Amino acid sequence: MISIYARRRSVDVTSKILMGAATAIGVFFLFWILWTTLKFGVAGIHWDLFIKDTPPPGTNSFGLRNAFVGSLLLLSISLLIGVPVGMMGGTWLAEYGFRSRTANAVRFINDIMLSAPSIEIGLFVYAVMVDPMGHFSALSGSVALAVLMIPIIVRTTDEMLSLVGSDMREAAVALGAPNWVVITKVTWKAARAGILTGILIGLARITGETAPLLFTALNNQFFSKDILHPIANIPVVIYQFALSPYSNWQQMAWAAAFITVLFVLVLSLVARWFLGKVQVPK
Amino acid sequence: MKSLRLTAILLALSLVGLAASAQSTLTGAGSTWVYPLVAKWAAAYQQNNGVEVNYQSIGSGGGIAQIKAGTVAFGASDMPLKPEDLSSAGLIQFPTAVAGEDLVYNLPGIQPEQLVLSGSLVADIYLGKVKKWNDPEIAKLNSGLNLPDMDITVVHRSDGSGTTFTFCDYLSKVSPEWKDKVGANTSVSWPAGVGGKGNEGVASYVQRIPGSIGYVEYAYILESHLSDARMINRDGKIVSPSLKGFQDAAAHVDFTKAQDFYVILTDHTGPDTWPISGCTWQILRKNAPKEMNLAVMKFFDWGFEHGQDMARSISFGPLPENTVAAIKSYWKKELGYSL
Amino acid sequence: MSESDVVSGIEIRPMSERPKSVGRSWHLPADFFFHKAAVFAAFLVAGVLFATIIAIAFDSRTSIHAFGIWKFLKSSEWNPVTQTFGAFPFIIGTLVSSAIAMVLGVPISFGVAVFIAEIAPVWIKRPVAAAIELLAAIPSIVYGLWGLLIFAPVFARAEPWINDKLGAIPGIGLLFQGPPMGIGMLTAGIVLAIMVLPYMSSIMRDVFLVVPSSLRESAYAMGATTWEVAWNIILPYTRTAVIGGIFLGLGRALGETMAVTFVIGNSNTLSSSFLMPGATIPSVLANEFTEATTKLYVSSLIYLGLILIAVTLIVRFLAVLLIRRLGRREGAAA
Repeated sequence: MISIYARRRSVDVTSKILMGAATAIGVFFLFWILWTTLKFGVAGIHWDLFIKDTPPPGTNSFGLRNAFVGSLLLLSISLLIGVPVGMMGGTWLAEYGFRSRTANAVRFINDIMLSAPSIEIGLFVYAVMVDPMGHFSALSGSVALAVLMIPIIVRTTDEMLSLVGSDMREAAVALGAPNWVVITKVTWKAARAGILTGILIGLARITGETAPLLFTALNNQFFSKDILHPIANIPVVIYQFALSPYSNWQQMAWAAAFITVLFVLVLSLVARWFLGKVQVPK
Repeated sequence: MKSLRLTAILLALSLVGLAASAQSTLTGAGSTWVYPLVAKWAAAYQQNNGVEVNYQSIGSGGGIAQIKAGTVAFGASDMPLKPEDLSSAGLIQFPTAVAGEDLVYNLPGIQPEQLVLSGSLVADIYLGKVKKWNDPEIAKLNSGLNLPDMDITVVHRSDGSGTTFTFCDYLSKVSPEWKDKVGANTSVSWPAGVGGKGNEGVASYVQRIPGSIGYVEYAYILESHLSDARMINRDGKIVSPSLKGFQDAAAHVDFTKAQDFYVILTDHTGPDTWPISGCTWQILRKNAPKEMNLAVMKFFDWGFEHGQDMARSISFGPLPENTVAAIKSYWKKELGYSL
Repeated sequence: MSESDVVSGIEIRPMSERPKSVGRSWHLPADFFFHKAAVFAAFLVAGVLFATIIAIAFDSRTSIHAFGIWKFLKSSEWNPVTQTFGAFPFIIGTLVSSAIAMVLGVPISFGVAVFIAEIAPVWIKRPVAAAIELLAAIPSIVYGLWGLLIFAPVFARAEPWINDKLGAIPGIGLLFQGPPMGIGMLTAGIVLAIMVLPYMSSIMRDVFLVVPSSLRESAYAMGATTWEVAWNIILPYTRTAVIGGIFLGLGRALGETMAVTFVIGNSNTLSSSFLMPGATIPSVLANEFTEATTKLYVSSLIYLGLILIAVTLIVRFLAVLLIRRLGRREGAAA
């Protein structure tokens, strides 16, 4: 018996050390990358970034106002499209479709789309929106981003709802609550941390996406909030500026990357804060 | 879900005031190479004339595709379209400015501009035939240098690029073997080496790998202080890259005589001519609305007239005077109207 | 549903046993519309995504016509000048770089998730969880620039060591030989592993946390160690979702564009070593798409994208088989 206990204990301790080490590796790379972003990014941080528009090359000026506004607009519209569609789609799979053939087919297509290269999503939206409309537009950029985001939300919503235990649902149904109330008030609520994680992962993913925007929202060196025309946005600005020879552009690319990371961090903290203690039970 | 409700409120607020503000905006897209120049002109033009010219670098191929699809007011390409392709697609093209590129290297103990290369030698290096830095072919041109016994690592652009087109076009002109085996295009099937994304990618490989050689745009060499090589030009003279060298290449070509300005600036005569010079073309649609074409023409006309110092400040060479005049008569001839 | 079912790992779909609603009549229209909205959303998702696939297939027709299927798949020649195109090096590059990412990323993600859900004291959970999730917030181009400018030089210094040690092993040694450039297939795999870490670990952690505490507590009450609870109780209960999370990560790795392009070295010729440059389907698309001028060239690039979708499809089938197989085996053992 002793040997069994000793073995179990040593397995347990070794595993804990390995898990801790895995976490340490993850955190180490995170800090390394963050440190890089911080080191190069802070050098470019300047008040002008927020009040002036992207400057031409070979000057000493800074400015990203147009890109910040454009990106916020793009993200807002894609959230408006992506969150309801993604959540409802995932809800259908988990609450109505179950393991039916149709539901599995939808899951299957959804999973395939998770790894379709984002540039192809951009091309698709180009073909169905930009080409018929005759010009690039912020709206088509948002649609492309939403299409990228939806599969992630669908999948996590589906997974999370499926894991909610049946007892709470049964209790709600027993109280006479109709289906939609059970889903919105009970299951969504029980799975909200997971669903929110899905939305945040989706949002984080599209925040830095460059390829699908190149052929949809394009970019704009001037300030615009017209959603039917090309709009400035952070990812394309980072892409163009980081690969350019001009030092003011390169610095702004790093500053923009730094602010993007900060933005998603703050967003995720605020969202978690709103959710209260659901995140870590026990 | 409180956070969702909050997000919704924030979204609603941000969408307020989205009334489409009708500005006079022109959209152009294409070549990455010319992007800094057009961006610089556009910023100044907006201040002077109030017209926004939004140019985006999506690549020359993208620029050609977009102007054909009519989603932009003008496209830009580093590789000129052949006159027959232009006429079949109902397009016209004109040059904007000249620029150049050069080879950069990472060789311990050898200073910038110390290394001298010839076109056929560069072709042999990129073909993988010359593998070592102390190869007799290199030593022959650099008798004073202490060349190390080191492998050559060839670095090229991985993304399709006008820089690659110009480079390969030059090698095709000076090396029959290159022309036969590789050819010239915005991306080619490289016989050797590694590919870096953009100028930045090539430059960082070259800075990192001892014994490496790569090609980047002249503006990039100036801004990043890379070790660049001198080249032997067609007249047999050893030259350093310079704006004057690029302009001499343009001056020794008669742009005005070529149909649709279809001339490539590599490997031309002239004592100071830089052999790997290039140019960017703007492309318009003949049947686009007249006001739109006029607005684009006005912008470039303004650039040719007022933008040349700006061009020089970011290492672009102005076009020769007679070429600008030829562009104006070309507009008149091809479109039937002028400024 | 009894706890023993759960422990023995029979697939759990509690909702399939959900009793039918007996809501009052005025609720029925609301119920009806909610249901229809959900159906609509699900089919919109499938429809849009399906349309994308159709559009991609349609746009590759020129190339399919010119090169056929088998010839395109096995040909290694990719030459824009002569307009001959073949996908083989890119298919291999995509599979190999993603495989490296999974070999490195899955154990680490699992470790992180278990650490956060089961091991770490409460005061450490939140910051670590938030920190790992932050990895997902970093734009992929930043991974690319970091990989190229910061990581590759450091890694290049480790490569001679890899050459000496791993390269000397007969057989697999070939995989680890090459000049110390710091870029190539292995670097791409490592960067991808870091990129997919937050995706996989946050999903695993979330599903670990929704495991009913009654299960966990009864196991602990029986004297199980933390590891035993994680491995024998939590993992079987959440298996489908964990595999789902892994495939989300794999999907991301297969389709990642910008970061890979910066660090993989972009060579269109296949090499036997992980340390040599290679290319993936998305990296070729990113590199060449915007400059592709001829119809056949563009179409061949889109064809590559279609192949990537097919690769994902096959991988996905394997996943479904795997989940079924696991379920059956554990069911039989119980």
